[in-house]
This record gives sequence, C-alpha cells and structure tokens, in this order.
Amino acid sequence: MASTRCWSHASALVVLWFAWHTQEMLPDPVIAVDDLTKRFGAVTAVDKVSFSVPKGATVGLLGGNGAGKTTTLSMLLGLLTPTSGRITIFGHDLADHRYNVLPRMNFSSPYVDLPHRLTVRQNLEVYARLYSVPNRARQIAMLTQDLQIDTLLDRRYGKLSAGQKTRVSLAKSLINDPELLLLDEPTASLDPDTGDWVRSYLEAYQQRCGATILLASHNMGEVERLCDEVVMMRAGRIVDRGTPSGLLDRYGHDDLEAVFLTIARATAEE
Amino acid sequence: MASDIVPIRPPGTSLGRIQGMVLRHVYLLRSSWPRVVELIYWPTLEMVIWGFMSQFMRNQGGYMGQAFGVLLGAVLLWDVFFRGQLGILVSFLEEYWARNLGHLFVSPLRPAEWVGSLIVMSIIRVLVGTLPAALLAIPFFGYSIFDMGLPLILFFILLTLLGWAIGLMIIAVVMVNGLGAESLAWLAVFLLSPISAVYYPVSVLPVWLQYVAWGLPTSHVFEGMRTLVLSGRVDWAEARTAFLLDLVYIALGALAFLTAFRAARREGKLLGLGE
Repeated sequence: MASTRCWSHASALVVLWFAWHTQEMLPDPVIAVDDLTKRFGAVTAVDKVSFSVPKGATVGLLGGNGAGKTTTLSMLLGLLTPTSGRITIFGHDLADHRYNVLPRMNFSSPYVDLPHRLTVRQNLEVYARLYSVPNRARQIAMLTQDLQIDTLLDRRYGKLSAGQKTRVSLAKSLINDPELLLLDEPTASLDPDTGDWVRSYLEAYQQRCGATILLASHNMGEVERLCDEVVMMRAGRIVDRGTPSGLLDRYGHDDLEAVFLTIARATAEE
Repeated sequence: MASDIVPIRPPGTSLGRIQGMVLRHVYLLRSSWPRVVELIYWPTLEMVIWGFMSQFMRNQGGYMGQAFGVLLGAVLLWDVFFRGQLGILVSFLEEYWARNLGHLFVSPLRPAEWVGSLIVMSIIRVLVGTLPAALLAIPFFGYSIFDMGLPLILFFILLTLLGWAIGLMIIAVVMVNGLGAESLAWLAVFLLSPISAVYYPVSVLPVWLQYVAWGLPTSHVFEGMRTLVLSGRVDWAEARTAFLLDLVYIALGALAFLTAFRAARREGKLLGLGE
C-alpha cells in the first residue's frame, strides 16, 4: 500500500516536472490577458476575462451584440482603460509600456473611419508617418498593389464603395507590417465575394509574415475558417473556448453557429 | 523571451509624427476651398466694418479721432486670439467629425505630439486667416498694423498662447461631454470678449468686473496695445503680467486636457467602435 502511494507521488512529480519543462519550452504568448474587467458605472461590460494568444495564431473572440468583444479589443488597443486586471503584449505590461508595443501592432474596424476628404494615398502617407515607416512611397505602392487598390490611390476615401474602403482600411492596418493585428468585425457589411477576398488575404498575410491575429466577430463562418482557437463570450464573460473542431466535437454540431446558439441559450437558461 | 520584450523596431521620432498630423490637416485644407475661404472671410469682413467705423470717427475728431489705429488694431489682434483658439479647436473637431480618433490613438502618436500638431495648425490657420485682412487694411484704409513694429510680434505671441490654453480647455470639455458640447465650444471664447478690454479700457468696467478683467492676459495686451498706439511707448509691465498669466492658463489648459484624455480613455469616449 505504502509503495503504491510512493509510486503515485513519484509519477505526479514526473508529470509536474514534465509540465513545467513543456511550459518553459513553449513560446511566450503575444497577448496575455489576466482577470480583465471593465465596468461602466453599474454595468459590467467585461467580467474577469483571461485568455492568451500564442505567437502566429489566429484567435477569434466570438459573441453576439453586447458580449464584450469590442470592449475587450479596445482595452487591448489601449483605447479604453481596464477597471482591473492585466494585459501583457509582447511581454510588456500595456498599462506601463503602451508606446513600446503600439509600433508593432495595428488595427482595423469598419466602425472607425479614415478622413473622407483625403485621398487614399494621403491617408496612407499620414499613417506611414505616424508609424515611422521607412521608404513610405515604396511601402504604399507595394501594399496597394497587393490589395488591388493601386488604381484608387488618388481618389478620395469618402468616394469609395464599402468594399474598397475595407481594403483601404486593411492597407492602413498593414502599413507598418504589424506582428500583431487586431481586427474588429473585418468583413461586416461586405458582400460575400468581397468578404471572402478579405478572409483569403488575411490568411495569406498570416502565412507570409507569421503574424498573430486576434479578431472579434459574430460571423461564425469567418471564425470557423480563420481561427486556430475560439473564445466564446457572452454578457462580458468567457463561456467556452477551444479549437473550432474541438468545439464542434464537444457539442456534436456541424457548424459553430449551432454551437454558439447552444452555449448562448444554455447560459440564458441558467 | 528576452528577444520578445525588446522592441524590434525604433519607435521613430516625435517630429515625424507631428509632421504626419500637420500634413493630414494641410491635405484637408488643400482639398476644401470653403474651409480656406471661411478662414479668411470673417477677419476680412470685420476689418472692413471697423475700418469704415474708424474713418467715420476720425472725421468726428476727439479721442477716437486721435487714435485711428486703436479700433482696427484691436479688431485684428482679437482675431489673432480668436483664430489661435479656433485653430487648435477646429483641427481637433475635424478628427471627431471624421471618426478618426480610434485610428489615431492606436498608433504610436502620443497626446503631447497630437497637441504639438494642433499648435502648428493653429499658427498656420492664424496666419492664413489674419494676414490677408492685415494686408488689405493698408490700401483700403491707409492703416498698417505692422507699424507697431516688434511689439506686434509680442502681442501676437501673448494672444496666441492664451488662444491655445483656452482651446485646450474647450477640447477637454468636448472630449468628456462628446459632440453635444460642440456649440458651447464655438461660443465659449465670446464670454471673454466683454471683459478683455478689446475696444475700451478696463476702467470702463464696474470695479468688481475690473478684478476679473485683470486676471486675463488679453486685458493686459489690449491695454498695452492702446498705450503703444496712443503714446508710442511699450508698456513692458503689462507685457510681463500678460506672459505670466499666459503661463498659468497654459498650465491649466494642459492639466484640463490630460485629465479629460484620461477620463475619455476610462469611459470609452475615444471610441467609435460600436457596442
């Protein structure tokens, strides 16, 4: 009996040692969020959220309206100060070293505009200067060719279609070759063809540059296609997480939309 | 781990980012002739109205007849203050109207660099707005504000400094209260007009209001301007007091701006991000 207990302790120690060493060997996450909370008066928009995003991964924040995904994204961008909790990006505490990490990341959202009266070239020129991009003209030429908007360079941003604006916004978000890209509903209000084109471009960019992507979306198909891991949010909390295939297996559904509805309704019943 | 923590690219210079933001507003002005016309329109119109008024008064003789340049000088210098304040404020509001703040503040642009670019734009707007009016006054009314000589530069600096301070305070109000406070932003500066001794000396005001007036750099500048035009003497004591008061107001403006910026980040006012 005693020897069995001894073996059990020994094997537990081996497991602990192995786990510790595996942890040591794993690359540090690009984003580490710990107990993040945001309150607006009596309303808790984000409630003790913790997650991490490994280098080179695409992680999706999935949730309906008011789930807290945009608020979480805003705190990761430093646009919003958390009520409590800690955000670490590239190993830096965001609260103290925001300006050390901002040059290495970028952001795109259909809800934040670029100046309408400026041309595409002028907008990109301004942001290239803000991000201290070397060889600005070359970078703008390459990027706009890549995103197939080089013919729009001298047109005013405000005169473009929704799809063209999305590509320009994407060009702005890639102007500094970011290692970390935060995207808020990157294909919202786009037709299926343009949406598909944007998703393909993001996949190609990530494969080419090894960038880390965190995207907030309530488009389940998009998340299923792009993300290595999904963080499901509802009412400011993380209600589940896992790989898209893992979540499908766990809930026995064919698509993430059904998984999301199951989780949302189960939580609502609670 | 260590290689991850060290930034792999230099953050770039503040000057480059300030240039970027100035360029953004210059592009905007270049693309919109109504904006440029609006800059020049009011100072020129006011100069014409007060120019005729001054000519009329000169023909009547008396105090105002002796001091032909006082009214026109006051009009043009008030516009330097007004345009200085408006220059910083409008450049800020342009970002709000464009819903561009979210992009700006996730870039490496620091608040101090942003304010630096607003100040440069304020100088550009003041010069574009008031120089044509000042130059037109020479052939139209035979009045040159440049006859004041070097003290004119001093008055320009003292008034522009206060314009920036008031501009920062109004930006703080708009940042916390949103665009609902925009109309207040346009009107606030006119509250200072009656107690700034622009067109009449401080001694005209009720005694209790004189204390308030002497607390404003503008009163000292306009009293100094009248002394210069009427007696040809530079009142250095007034200039010194105006400068010290300017420093106080600049400090208050910077404090209000930084407090409002922190509050805006805490309450999510910098966002146009849905939710």
